[in-house]
Formats: sequence, structure tokens, C-alpha cells
Amino acid sequence: MKEDHRDSLEFDFSGIRPEEAIISTKDLHAWFHNNLVLKGISLSIARGKVTAIIGPSGCGKSTFIRTLNRMHELVPGARLRGHVFFDGQDIYSPGVNPIMVRRKIGMVFQKPNPFPMMSIKQNVVSGFLLQGIRTDQIDEKVEYYLRLAALWDEVKDDLGKPASSLSGGQQQRLCIARALAIEPSVLLMDEPCSALDPIATAKIEDLIHSLRGRYTIVIVTHNMQQAARVADYTAFFYLGKVIEYNRTEILFKNPAKSHTEDYITGRFG
Amino acid sequence: MEEKNDGKNRLVDFSMNNGSEKAFKAIGIVSLILPLSFLFILIIDTAADGIPRLNWNFLTSFPSRFPEKAGILSALVGSIYLIGLTAFIAIPLGIGAAIYLEEYARNNWFTSLIEINISNLAGVPSIIYGLLGLGLFVRFMGLGRSLIAGALTLSLLLLPMIIMAARESLKMVPLELREAAYALGADKWMVIRKVVLPLGLPGILTGIILSMARAIGETAPLITIGALTYVAFLPKSLTSPFTALPIQIFNWISRPQKGFHVNAAAGILVLLTVMLLMNALAIWLRMRLQKRNI
Amino acid sequence: MAKLVPGRQADLHLPRSLIERGVGSVLFMCAALSVAVTIGIILTLLLETIGFFQHVSFKEFFLDTEWTPLFSNRHFGIWPLVAGTALTSFLAMITSIPLGLTAAIYLSEYASERIRKVLKPVLEVLAGIPTVVYGYFALTFVTPLLQRVIPDLAGFNALSPGIVMGIMITPIVASLSEDAIYSVPLSLREGAFALGGSKLRTIFRVVIPTAFSGIAASFILGMSRAVGETMIVTIAAGQQPRLTLDPRVPIETMTAYIVQVSLGDTPHGTIEYRTIFAVGMLLFLMTLIFNLIAHFLKKRFIRGVL
Repeated sequence: MKEDHRDSLEFDFSGIRPEEAIISTKDLHAWFHNNLVLKGISLSIARGKVTAIIGPSGCGKSTFIRTLNRMHELVPGARLRGHVFFDGQDIYSPGVNPIMVRRKIGMVFQKPNPFPMMSIKQNVVSGFLLQGIRTDQIDEKVEYYLRLAALWDEVKDDLGKPASSLSGGQQQRLCIARALAIEPSVLLMDEPCSALDPIATAKIEDLIHSLRGRYTIVIVTHNMQQAARVADYTAFFYLGKVIEYNRTEILFKNPAKSHTEDYITGRFG
Repeated sequence: MEEKNDGKNRLVDFSMNNGSEKAFKAIGIVSLILPLSFLFILIIDTAADGIPRLNWNFLTSFPSRFPEKAGILSALVGSIYLIGLTAFIAIPLGIGAAIYLEEYARNNWFTSLIEINISNLAGVPSIIYGLLGLGLFVRFMGLGRSLIAGALTLSLLLLPMIIMAARESLKMVPLELREAAYALGADKWMVIRKVVLPLGLPGILTGIILSMARAIGETAPLITIGALTYVAFLPKSLTSPFTALPIQIFNWISRPQKGFHVNAAAGILVLLTVMLLMNALAIWLRMRLQKRNI
Repeated sequence: MAKLVPGRQADLHLPRSLIERGVGSVLFMCAALSVAVTIGIILTLLLETIGFFQHVSFKEFFLDTEWTPLFSNRHFGIWPLVAGTALTSFLAMITSIPLGLTAAIYLSEYASERIRKVLKPVLEVLAGIPTVVYGYFALTFVTPLLQRVIPDLAGFNALSPGIVMGIMITPIVASLSEDAIYSVPLSLREGAFALGGSKLRTIFRVVIPTAFSGIAASFILGMSRAVGETMIVTIAAGQQPRLTLDPRVPIETMTAYIVQVSLGDTPHGTIEYRTIFAVGMLLFLMTLIFNLIAHFLKKRFIRGVL
């Protein structure tokens, strides 16, 4: 890996204006016990766009998106300093309830994790159950969100079956439907395809395309082709820092930093 | 941890010393068969003694001076009340403590104190709990030698067992499912109520059944708090005096007349049947659980 | 539908619900109750034990060789009861250690997964049989059987309940030892095999020494069970406090004495009533020490192996 000392400290070439941002972080530091995993991240996420976070394993990309909806603090030994502004409000300011943050910023995980004790239908509306909200028109909602997640046609006759009867890719789309059903404005996806085969991965990518504009999506991926295929903006993380943040096509075609170039050309990572 | 052994006969065995190898295997099998045949003989011997007395009258009669007329009605009903009450007290407390330790407790000195304390309590002889019950419930709280004093005593005795079993099953609930629930905007109590408890329940239930099976046979603490050995009535309220199956059996064993020993054997058969059924239920539940997890 | 209009902020403030706040404290109290139980045990035992020692000197308790609190000629020497407990526990341990350890080695090193799966629950059942049942069996089956071999064996004796107690404890020793043996890393065994050790030699020279503190912990926990065991010895060993190591004659253990007094109608506040708490206190301390040693050994084993 070559070190290019002419590289400036500048890393954000995205050109996202403050009024376009739905989430912006400021000097975000995160620790596990005494291990510093995020070293001052300042980044803006554009409203209605798909943003990919790439970087080698251990670079802090998963930790980063978990700080965006306050999932980070659930891990024992996790600490945090800095700010995350969602719609202008610091979600880490006192008085903010993490539960409300997570209702606005949903999440999909690496491994599909539908609730095994619930049916497919119950999984879709599990957010209401877990929030203690009574809801009507359940059937309509189930159909609506399963269609949104491009799963309806495959499961419409098996809604009462346990979620575990689905394939991995279907389970992941069910998890997306479940996350969308609570109507978040942002959907965080933590390597959502890493446990899936290429066909299932393609389906999820199509789904991401169809949700663009309506939801803001932040996707962590170790697969650079995937980032290139789905994302409007891409941030390259390395050792807990953002090395480069730009429009996806520019970042991949014409990276500003030598580090980024090394990574996307496969010279390390 | 990874390199921990996962199967039997871990390595190919070109036994050069076949003789001692075989001899040891034989000793191993004998030391397993011996306790098991002991169990077998115990059941056969007791059955041979007790079956002649085992009939409807035996189950529905009060104790009597005449062995042939004596029955276990008051003891059986007493045991059922006692176990019901104990379950009612100990299960919520035990599950509550387990949830606290698994889901809420911070990693501090008080938590480790509670943990060491629970594992120590599990090793305290049951008769010591009897002395606690005698001093605390019977005398200090003035509950007398009553059903409720017995149930409270047994509850404290079972608490460590229930807590440890419940913690084990809560530990098995995958972290991903808790995270999924949190990410859907659930608060902690909802995550526990709707995700963690339903998934941990079969395991918790297994532990509870096993501890209840143990409670049914507990004798020493009940004698210590003064359960009566001759009761010719059914308990009417929480503060009624009472007897229980193992107490009645003990009472009959201590009589010199052979007729009462026959009664004791018949009582033991009833006790063992209940206990073994509960054990079988717990094993069945556990096997179903293992199947589901695979 | 989900697109947020800039400027209209989502409300992220929501006070934690009452339930959410209450539940944590209620659950904490459930857990803290266990500490209260320990304090309760210690206080109950201590209060009456102090009352006991106001009437009986330490010197008499620990130096007298007779225990006759229920007779008119009272003596309060604890040794006959301790000897009874020690004798029956010793007999139980020399029964359960060889049986339990060989069973553990067999289960861990030789038995197939299927045999293990069947045998472990059956052994659990053996450990779960009510002790009053074992007592009956010791008195009506084992003692008469032993009397055929040892003609001068009394109807109540230490030998029969000691052996029966040993059988009862065997599953505990076997299961805990097996856990320890099973967790010895494969690499150590492979090391021994690579040096050309036979399987049996490897087990006895490498596996067991490595697992030793874990195995020792299982012995001590078994011992603790034997010392606190009540019904078997009450039923089959007799109620005659006797300072002897002869397993053929009637004796009385500490636990059996507590039962003996509890069965009578001893008035609260009398010296007889207090004796059971003093004996209970000694019993509690003995088992506590055993349990703490076992806890320490187990910890050392886990640290050493993993």
C-alpha cells in the first residue's frame, strides 16, 4: 500500500448541502471498552438517497451505522462521544429516547433474523406488537409492506407459516418488510446480503432501487460491486476514519486518494 | 474453546495395550451399570412390597392406627397444595431474578455478589432451609406450623435451582433476535416480554418441572418446620396444619410394625410415579427443544 | 408517505414508560432476595446459636465427648454427632468416588454419543429420587442384605446408609467430573498421542491430571451433599450419638439429630430447641467451606484449561 503524502486532509467531496442532509454526524468517536473504533467521523447522509459504506473488515463501518440509530450502546462496554443529528436534532442529547430514534431509523441486519415464534404475517406487523401499539387493517398493511419488499407474490398463500420455512433471501426481504412497516424515514442495512446467494442478492438490490427516493438508505457492504450498483454516494472507511466520501461513480472511477484507489483496485483489504 | 473435543473416540486407536484397555472399559461399564441396577432393584423391591396395598382405598383414606385401613389422602392433598403454593411463590421470583441477572444487571460487585450467593445457596443442605423456615416463618412471622410456612420454606429452597435453570435458557436466546426487536423501536420490557421470554420458555419450563419434582420429595425441611406426621383432615386454609407425602412415608417407616412398612412402600410408589412422570415430561420437553434448535 | 418534510421535526422525546421504569426495580428485588435469604439463614442460625452458647461453654461444646441434651444428665459435646456425620460421609465418598470417576471417564472418553444421551438423563433421575425413598431402601433392603455378610451388623448402622448415600451421590460426582474431563482440550491429548502414548495412558497421565482441580471440585461438592444429607441417615443410621468409627453400630449424624428434636414437641426458647440451631450453624459452616473450596477449584480449573 503506497502512502501519498500529497493527499490533503480533505475527504468529503460529496457536495451534499446541509439542507439536503437527513443525518449528519459530527466528530463521532466510538469505543468498545478501551478500543477506539471510530476516530472522529463527520459525515452527511443525503435525504432520499442510497449511501454505501465500504472498507476492509474492522474499519468501523458496522459500528458507524449502529451509532446512527443508537444500537451501538446495546453492546456491553460500548461508549460514544460526538454528535449525530437527525433532522437537525442531536439524537444523543439528553432527553432523547433511543426507542423513538429507532422508530424513525430502521435497521436490517447481516443475518436474516425473523422472529422464529411468529408467522410470516405476524413478523411483518411485529413492530406494532413490540411497540405496544394496537393497529387496524392488519391484512392490508401486511399485503402493502410485503409488496413493497417484493415478497408478496412468493408468500401470499403461506402467510400463516412460520418465518423459518422461507429461504434466506426471502427471510431477509421479510426483515426489510418488517422494518418498513413501522414507517421509518431512514433504513440502515448492515451487510444485508453477506449471508445470501447471488440470486437472492440481486433481488435485494432491485428492492433497494425501488425504495430509493422514498426512503433514505444507508448500506454497509464489503462488496464493492454492490456499492457501485446500488449507491448514489459512497464513503470509504479505513481504520475508524472516513478516507473519502463522494458520489459513487466518481469515487470508483476517479478516486481522489491513493488509499481509496488501492482498496477498490484490490491491492489491499 | 474451538478445539474442544466434539465427539467420542477422538483419535484412531491402534491399541497396543489391548488388555488393560479392555479391562478399563469393562470397569467403566460396571460403574455405570451398578448405580443403574441399584435404581432398578430399588424400584422392583419397593413395588414388590407396596403393590398389594396400592388400591383406591389407600389413595382416599386418612391415616389410621391400623395399617390396613390407613391411606394417604391427607398427605397427597397436602403435597398437592404445598407444590401448588410453592410454584406460585417461587416461579415468578425465580424467573424475575433470572431476567434481572441476564438482561438488566450491570457488571459490578453487587451482581457478582448475587451470583456467588446463588451458587452457594444451591449447595446449602435442605435441612438448613428448614431451620430458616422454623426461625423466620414459623416463629418470627408467627405463621405457625402451617401450609404457607411450608410453601415459603420450599420456595426459598427451590429459588437457586429455578434461577440457574432460567438463566441458562435465557442465555440461549440469540442476540440477533433481541437486536431485531430493539431496532423495531421496542423498549427493553417489550423485548423481554415478546421475544426473550417466549423463546426461553420451554427451557425455563424444563428447569421448573425438574425443581418441582425435587420439591415433591423434600422431607427434611418440612419435618424441621414441624409438618405434622398424623393428620386426619384436609388443609382448609393457608394457615392450616398439614402433612405431605414424604412426611407420611417417613412416619410409616419409623413405625416398628411391618404393616406400616408396606404402607410406606405403597406411598413411595405413588411418590416415585409422580416424580418420574415429571422427570419424563422435562426430558421430553428438553429433547423437543434440542430438535427445534437444530 | 415516509418522506419527511424538512423543517417538520420528528419528536424523539418520549419519557420512559412507567412500566419500563418499574419493571427494572421489581426484577432487581427478585434477584436481591437471594442475598436476603443468605442473610436470613445466617441471622436465624446466629441468634439461636448465641442463645445456646450463653448456657453452654465453647469448652464443653468442643471438648466434651458426650452428646445427651435430651437426657436429664445433659452433655453438650458435639464430637459424637460430628463423628457420625464424618463416618457416613466417608463411607459415601469411598463408594461414590471410584464409581463416579470411572463412570465419568467412560462416558467422556469411550461411550458413544447415543449411550451418553440415554445414560445422562437416567443418572439425573437417580440423583433426583427423594432421599426418604433411599432411606427406606437402606433400612429394609440393604441392611438385611449386608447382615448376611456381616452377621454382627446392627439394624441401625452407618454402613448401609453410607453406601446408599454413596450411590445417590455418584451421579453428581460423575456428571461434574465428566464436565471437567470433557473440557480438556484436544490438543493436549493429541500431544500425548503424538508421543506414542496409549489411550489409557494418555487419559491417566495427561487428561486426568489436567482436569484434576475440576474433578476434585466434584468430589468436594459430593462431600458437601453427603454431610448435609438428612433422611437416609435419619432412617437407617439410628439416633444414638456415639463417638465411634465402627460402621456396624447405631450412630447419629448432625442432621439426624435436628430431625429427632424437630419431631418431638420441643418448646421454643428451651436449650433443647437451641441445640438444633447450634448444630445447624456448624453444619452450615462445614458445607459453606466445602462449597467455597469447590468454587475456587472450579474457577482455577476453568482458568487453567481455557
